Amino acid sequence: MSAVPRRKPPRVGDTPAVRRTLIAAVLVVGALLILAPLLVILFQAFSAGVGVFTATITNPDTRHAIWLTVVTALIAVPINTAFGIAAAWAITKFDFRGRRFLIVVIEIPFSISPIVAGVAYLFVYGLQGLFGPALDAAGVKVLFALPGIVLASMFVTAPFVARELIPLMQAQGRDLEEAATSLGASGWRTFFSVTLPNIRWALLYGVVLCNARVMGEFGAVSVVSGNIRGQTNTLPLHIELLYHDYQTAGAFAAASILTVLAIVTIVAKVLLERQGAGRAGRPALAAPAPAAPQGRTL
Amino acid sequence: MKIRLDNVVKTFETFRAVRGVSLDIESGELVALLGPSGSGKTTILRMVAGLEYADGGHIFFGEQDATDIPVRDRGVGFVFQHYALFPHMTVAENVAFGMKVSKVKRTKDEVAARVAELLRLVKLDGLGNRFPNQISGGQRQRVALARALAVDPKVLLLDEPFGALDANVRRDLRRWLREIHEELGITTLFVTHDQEEALDLADRVVILDQGEIVQAGTPEDVCRNPNSAFVMNFLGDANRLGATVANGKAELGGVELEAQSFGDGPASVYLRPRDLDWSASGPGIAATVTRVIDRPDGRRILARTAAGEQIELDVAPETMARAGDQGFVRVHRARVFAGSASQ
Repeated sequence: MSAVPRRKPPRVGDTPAVRRTLIAAVLVVGALLILAPLLVILFQAFSAGVGVFTATITNPDTRHAIWLTVVTALIAVPINTAFGIAAAWAITKFDFRGRRFLIVVIEIPFSISPIVAGVAYLFVYGLQGLFGPALDAAGVKVLFALPGIVLASMFVTAPFVARELIPLMQAQGRDLEEAATSLGASGWRTFFSVTLPNIRWALLYGVVLCNARVMGEFGAVSVVSGNIRGQTNTLPLHIELLYHDYQTAGAFAAASILTVLAIVTIVAKVLLERQGAGRAGRPALAAPAPAAPQGRTL
Repeated sequence: MKIRLDNVVKTFETFRAVRGVSLDIESGELVALLGPSGSGKTTILRMVAGLEYADGGHIFFGEQDATDIPVRDRGVGFVFQHYALFPHMTVAENVAFGMKVSKVKRTKDEVAARVAELLRLVKLDGLGNRFPNQISGGQRQRVALARALAVDPKVLLLDEPFGALDANVRRDLRRWLREIHEELGITTLFVTHDQEEALDLADRVVILDQGEIVQAGTPEDVCRNPNSAFVMNFLGDANRLGATVANGKAELGGVELEAQSFGDGPASVYLRPRDLDWSASGPGIAATVTRVIDRPDGRRILARTAAGEQIELDVAPETMARAGDQGFVRVHRARVFAGSASQ
């Protein structure tokens, strides 16, 4: 072997010109499209001074919007987490008719516009809707109240946890659960001491994404909440309201809160990915058995 | 614990995986279920474990009908092909798992003492604090066995226990499993597609094909008296030549073989390469050498008979033969089965 450095021929699509152009293009577009607007938010939030910023944040309507957003997340995220685990468990550990169909159903909220979901809820729970009159007679208020907001948020974020868990649990197979059961463990015991520890990072990852989306959801919630200031306004709706009121600095201040939440989410996501959650760290399937050595006819 | 399968049937959607299998396993016996993939051997094992329910028939543990007892209460130790060790638990925690979830309460010290004892049994003392991904495949398989033994199972079931290991480790573990079995005397049923493994390890070999038992017997039985072309073929290399039976004799390219129990008509003759010899002079099946392969323990001659059929023979290292040589294949032993060779 000679130690003389030599120019290596480019690998596929790997000539220096192509490489530099691609990297530059992605960096520029990324900066313009994603990074710049975020920086603008933080900049604008404080543009009218720290006073306006704190005034907006401490404004009762804003505080109520924050509170409503947090409450919505506190209800919607745990329910969707439970749903996601149950769905992933059912799909990966049981054989039943309609498994594929269930997978498709779970994915629907990803492909449908949130506003469609909102309108659909309007038709189901609204006064002209299916259950509206009955609910109204019973004195239960779903639309233009917290239940409607929670339902709409849950619809939009239903797939997040399940989508993270299904591929992982599929790759892990059923052996571990079967082993635990054959050793005498009950279903709950198997879940908590065998299944859960092996999916915990993916689960947390799904929960973080679900939470980010619940807090940021606009379209579906704006239809069902009625946008009543100080009553049914979540943080994203409140931002829009401020903006339409020509309170630009206030809108940006409120937006900066959501942005901070997003940054926390991203940091959590990166940390979780290091632990093997998300798509990057999927464990490989167990090694296949060697080819069968057996008698053959000559 | 004696195990009895009585006409057990299992169908997956439209695939009939197991078609009426009846089998008695004596207490303390070590039995191999041997068959090609798709023969239903793993399904049978999983039904004995309770990981699958039988669609028909009964499974008895001793006198008790265990057919509908769920796996959790069946009291079996199951060793999975890919070990299925809990990756987030140490080796010791894996072994202790069954005792911790058991209805029989044990103190921490009792569990620890039993874990240490089991790890000594499987020769893994001192590795208790490692995680499964920090030990080798052979060690993992031994942990899986210790974990299964920890719950004092009535029956030990192993699914392709050495399938994922390389050849040397496999041979060692096989002998070692036999020793453990002799020490503990626990009724053991294992599944394999490797005939050498089955013959090496088992008291009795049950050969399966397409969901049915083809032959069951001691290794000596099935090797010396294979009852069908399938068994003959599956247990080891075999040449298959077409022959014609007439008057209790099978005629095969100039050689006559005893075939008393056969009616006149076409038949297949199966010959193991080691039961054949090469000679420059007759009597024998006239053939031409096409290739010679040298091996540490002898030579394998590939030849073509006058009838145009391929034949392989294992001969002593000093046998003289070269490609193109003409000579005769001497037959020391052969088995005749009814039916033409083309099937």
